[in-house]
Amino acid sequence: MGALFTKDTQAIFWNNNASAIQRMLDYDYVINRVKPSVAAIVAPTSGNKFEKFFYGPDEIMVPVFRNTTDAAAAFPKADVLLNFASFRTAYDVTMEAITLKGQFKTIMVTAEGIPERLARKMNQASRDAGVVVIGPATVGGISPGAFKIANVGGTIENIVNSKLHRAGSCGLVTRSGGLFNELSNIISINADGIAEGVAIGGDRFVGSVFIDNLLRMESNPDVKYMVLLGEVGGTEEYKVIEAVKSGLIKKPIIAWCIGTIAKHFSSGVQFGHAGASANADAETAAFKNTAMAEAGMFVPASFNDLPAKIAEVYGKLRNEGIVTEITEPELKSVPKVRRKKEFICTISDDRGDEATYAGYPISSVATPETGFGIGDVISLLWFKKRYPKWATDYLETVIKTVADHGPAVSGAHNAKVTARAGKDVISSLVTGLLTIGPRFGGAIDDAARYFKYANDRGMTPAEFIDYMKKEGKTISGIGHRIKSVRNPDLRVSGLKKYAAEHFPATPLLDFALEVEKLTTSKKDNLILNVDGTIGILMVDMWRALGYSESDIDGFIEAGALNAFFVVGRSIGFIGHILDEKRLGMPMYRHPTDDILYNVEMADEI
Amino acid sequence: MAQRAIREYDGKAIFSKHWEKYFSGFHYGFKSVLVTNGDELRAKAQEHGFEWLKQEALVAKPDMLFGKRGKNDLVLFRTNKPGDVTLEEAAAWIDAKIANETILLSGQKGTLTHFIIEPFTPHSQDQEYYISATTVGEDDVLYLSAEGGMEVEEGWEEKVNEVTIPITMDDASIAHLIRANVPAGIPTENKERFIAFAEQFYKFYRDQNFAYLEINPIVMVGNDMHILDLVARLDDTAGFMMGEAWCGAEFPTAFGMEDQSPEEKAIAEADSKSGASLKLTILNPMGRIWTMVAGGGASVVYADTIADLSGNVSDLANYGEYSGGPTTGETKFYAETVFDLMTRHKDPKGRDKILIIGGAIANFTDVAKTFTGIIQAFETYAERLKAHNTRIYVRRGGPNYEKGLKDIKEAADRLGLYIEVYGPETHVTDIVRMALEK
Repeated sequence: MGALFTKDTQAIFWNNNASAIQRMLDYDYVINRVKPSVAAIVAPTSGNKFEKFFYGPDEIMVPVFRNTTDAAAAFPKADVLLNFASFRTAYDVTMEAITLKGQFKTIMVTAEGIPERLARKMNQASRDAGVVVIGPATVGGISPGAFKIANVGGTIENIVNSKLHRAGSCGLVTRSGGLFNELSNIISINADGIAEGVAIGGDRFVGSVFIDNLLRMESNPDVKYMVLLGEVGGTEEYKVIEAVKSGLIKKPIIAWCIGTIAKHFSSGVQFGHAGASANADAETAAFKNTAMAEAGMFVPASFNDLPAKIAEVYGKLRNEGIVTEITEPELKSVPKVRRKKEFICTISDDRGDEATYAGYPISSVATPETGFGIGDVISLLWFKKRYPKWATDYLETVIKTVADHGPAVSGAHNAKVTARAGKDVISSLVTGLLTIGPRFGGAIDDAARYFKYANDRGMTPAEFIDYMKKEGKTISGIGHRIKSVRNPDLRVSGLKKYAAEHFPATPLLDFALEVEKLTTSKKDNLILNVDGTIGILMVDMWRALGYSESDIDGFIEAGALNAFFVVGRSIGFIGHILDEKRLGMPMYRHPTDDILYNVEMADEI
Repeated sequence: MAQRAIREYDGKAIFSKHWEKYFSGFHYGFKSVLVTNGDELRAKAQEHGFEWLKQEALVAKPDMLFGKRGKNDLVLFRTNKPGDVTLEEAAAWIDAKIANETILLSGQKGTLTHFIIEPFTPHSQDQEYYISATTVGEDDVLYLSAEGGMEVEEGWEEKVNEVTIPITMDDASIAHLIRANVPAGIPTENKERFIAFAEQFYKFYRDQNFAYLEINPIVMVGNDMHILDLVARLDDTAGFMMGEAWCGAEFPTAFGMEDQSPEEKAIAEADSKSGASLKLTILNPMGRIWTMVAGGGASVVYADTIADLSGNVSDLANYGEYSGGPTTGETKFYAETVFDLMTRHKDPKGRDKILIIGGAIANFTDVAKTFTGIIQAFETYAERLKAHNTRIYVRRGGPNYEKGLKDIKEAADRLGLYIEVYGPETHVTDIVRMALEK
């Protein structure tokens, strides 16, 4: 036990509640936290990969996940879940979080009106799993100067006014979230603020109750005394009374139960929360206030006298030297006006002395003695990682392999025709590049996509061939115009040899070669071609580098494979363009005898 | 809002709907009708499937959430001897009851409006059993007794077995537990039947999200079950999951509760249409102190403090709250409703009226924005408020509170209203003390 939160505590925020998250990050900035308190957001229906938030004057990106399991896997140290799901789904969200053993220490549930039976199951399952549940139906809690849940404390101005920006010496527990701020304010005016505070929630069944929080505060050396604000209804206060009587709680408790009004009205009027309805004398506020006073807690004569009682107890602790003077910490301030950035860049930065590629100054990668090749530069700028040599060598091999394939292919032909029309290098290059797509160069993408799809789903080579037949698709990456088993493509042989020698493993290539065995048994030229080999080995490379399957799918979808072809083949296109310029070839006009003319008189309609 | 009572008729309808799923092997006829007057009952008897109303002896009783109907002499089961009540006699009895006010032994009074009519079930005392289930603390508790009816209430401790069922207990363990706790007084020939029924009764209670379910007595004749008297509360927060399972059961107001005033109804209606929370209960229309408090917790402490400091709870005219970011229009409507109510009657002792516009420090509600609605209501009601010598005390904190307090002070001053405004530096309820001491 001890403190509920520390300055390192990070949370996963379930639901993209932008204003609450921004309030947390503003708080973090003001109190000089090193890391933002929200590590990630879970938003099942969001298509975004991150959300932008202000951190002081700047913006930061908070990653977004579809489910808690993925978010937790990415942030294993985020041990708080802020469950902001609605009353319909809050139960399922909590139950999923509990199954992630060892991840969450605290789960805060904000929804009000979760079905009681579900709330009870959720609370019990959490207790069994050793997870502290704050709520349901709560605004949350705070460890001033360390971690603040969502909207607790309200505005930054109020937080500073109520001394919620740094730890005081009081432990505060309330049921009501609305009065939590008020109590923090009262304690800051009449004492030195709170060290830790929790609003346990207004529903009939809540996870952690008064006694759970007070026992933790008893064991927290920063808490010197506690304030308990109870409510009419329920018997939770009696557990505290027992703990005080038995000596389990020794620190002074100032306590009050609100709802004394209820005794004046026999029935029918619901004063306050769902949990707030007295079914017996012992559940009335007056009865509980008397019992708490008798147990030795400090109970004021009325709510209006609560401030004086707090001042009295605090003054006493001050005189006894139990509470000492607090040095007010330096605070940063959040600018009043902040502008959102229109663009984001995560790969390079030109703001310092020297521009960098993913953190590497250009001079540290440019010259030969740096040991960086073009493959390294690609790995930095395209993937924001420094790849090992076997991988960067592979990238360079790919670029070299695809650099050109003669003047007759559509891209090169286009580039040549454009150059001969007198256009500049850029125009000519672009006309060539514009042919790259599903029919020209696209086989690399498709081979990677389909072979990976089959392999991910555990299809056998025969099943894969059947599947493609049913889909009505030829298998990308299989087949060559001239080359065959007996007349192998030496580019493919080279790639395979390199992979065999340098790749840690090539599961997808192994699968593809099994497929090839079947296809070549039907027809000799249905070999794994160079496009197929490149795409498939790229997947094997990424797997060996530790990327997840969904990361790799993301690369393929983003067109990263196509991009290698674009870069490589640009070298060839430029060669053809320069060749045309050098030769000074005239404007090209296609001979009419090479065109089948079949033009009929248009019908009149 | 959590646990709410339903009519006996609706409880039985829910049983009937799910009977085969839970209680196959047992038989339940569900011969019950719910009517509001004698003619309705007569008309029901003409419908197909309700021929029994004409053929069998009947029992009629009010179905309005209160218990002890027998002791209140509100169960019609005999004219000359038990089991001789005819359709016409039942209809006439109902019409007689709705014509006059009824006062219960508890002192509650009101007009009866809903009646449940069922066939008279002749049976002997030893065929009556008791079964109920509810939540105690964090656990479910099933109560079983070999004796039903009024018998069980006298001598509860000795006669009833309590079976405590933790929320996470699995079905096999529940079955084992119930078997181990079956009341000793159940005759051997009925024991297995009773155990089977009790087990299914618990599952039915649990799965259908009842908060309380009591049959007293349940009469067991072989495999025929007669649910003679039933009391039920549902956990209405589960409503969204239950769909048709609850047979459209309504949650009536308790008998004897004065019906809501038009103003309370209007606020409740505005509340149901809004994402914000708007609540209003009139405690004493003649009361001197009226409140308009933001937030549920704060509204309670203001009510507490007014009762404590005024020394006379009848001074407190209303209870309620607005919270969750109501729009300017909603706040204006709420304020106008309160201002209208508080300026209807002069204080009998000729004292000033007091209006408390209170609230704790808001988490995220824009105070200036909500005060705009109150200021607009001031414009309309300024003269009436002045005519009642209204003194206004404002206390609030939270986002933009400085502007809110400044705006409301300026508006009141301009309109010639007496006002004092305070922010978070003043204790939340201290304006009550100030108002009462002046």
